[in-house]
Amino acid sequence: MKAILKRYTGVILTAVAFVVFVAVLPQWRDKALGGIVFQASTMLLVIPPIFVLLGLMDVWVPRDQMIKYMGPGSGCKGPVLAFLLGSFAAGPLYGAFPLAAVLMKKGASLMNILIFIGAWSTTKIPMLMFEISSLGPRFALSRLAIDIVGIIIIALAIKAWIPAREVERLYAEAEKL
Amino acid sequence: MDTLILYILAIAALSVSMVKSRKKTLMAAKKAFKAFEGIMPQFIVVLLLVSASLAVLDNKTISRFIGDGSGTFGVLAASLIGAVTLIPGFVAFPVAAALMKEGAGATQIAAFVSSLMMVGVVTLPMEMKYFGKRAALMRNGLAFVFSLAAALFVGWVVGL
Repeated sequence: MKAILKRYTGVILTAVAFVVFVAVLPQWRDKALGGIVFQASTMLLVIPPIFVLLGLMDVWVPRDQMIKYMGPGSGCKGPVLAFLLGSFAAGPLYGAFPLAAVLMKKGASLMNILIFIGAWSTTKIPMLMFEISSLGPRFALSRLAIDIVGIIIIALAIKAWIPAREVERLYAEAEKL
Repeated sequence: MDTLILYILAIAALSVSMVKSRKKTLMAAKKAFKAFEGIMPQFIVVLLLVSASLAVLDNKTISRFIGDGSGTFGVLAASLIGAVTLIPGFVAFPVAAALMKEGAGATQIAAFVSSLMMVGVVTLPMEMKYFGKRAALMRNGLAFVFSLAAALFVGWVVGL
């Protein structure tokens, strides 16, 4: 019981803040309350397939294969594969985090994980098609080009700045998945 | 549309798994449920944050901040709004396109689109759960700064 309470401290605090928010600022009340229902239905719709894929990957993908293709010694195969995985994905960015954790558990390197996250956020093919048709090819393609550069810069920076101990801790956490 | 692709993927993978091994599929289902239960507290927090942020920052408010003639302030505002909102692309792109038609600058729109995609302030609780505070904050901070640079680049290319 105490453990559950501790896990849900954040939820309770946020819920209290939310109640205060709608009570003090009535002009946003209806929208915020309606938003919960709408967002819950979209988010709960996205979540099941993500976690099914997570479970299946965890059970079926062999660790040695993952290390070979996306591990620290995978050369340029790793980043390319990470890019492709992220680009052919669908769904919001928060769906990528649990899947990234499975990749971690299976031995993919931090650099490749960060590239996967970056690709999922900005280079998804289905979204790109849609972006081209609504904002024009010049806009969409230049954004894509500069964001690919950004993904690599951000991944390199995080890899360089995160202490080795923290990385070890994250991999140990992923192990518990 | 996005969600549909996810379901097709998941169902296809699930069927193949079922055919190959019933036992392993059951194990996968158990893992899926356990992982979902594990993220539940963060998920609820994100849900509340998303609802509150989108109540304040609806399409009309967003348009006012990054619309026609908003200038340098508009670029900054666009990045900030993109960072704290969670809007799927198929909703955001048409809004962005409408804004551009009404005269909003490509730089502002690019700042909004880029930070909307890369930065996720309201989903930080979920990101931190898997990546730790330090890496999650670092990634979002860097992505925010970068989306400003990306906006300048896209604005320049579109204006060529």
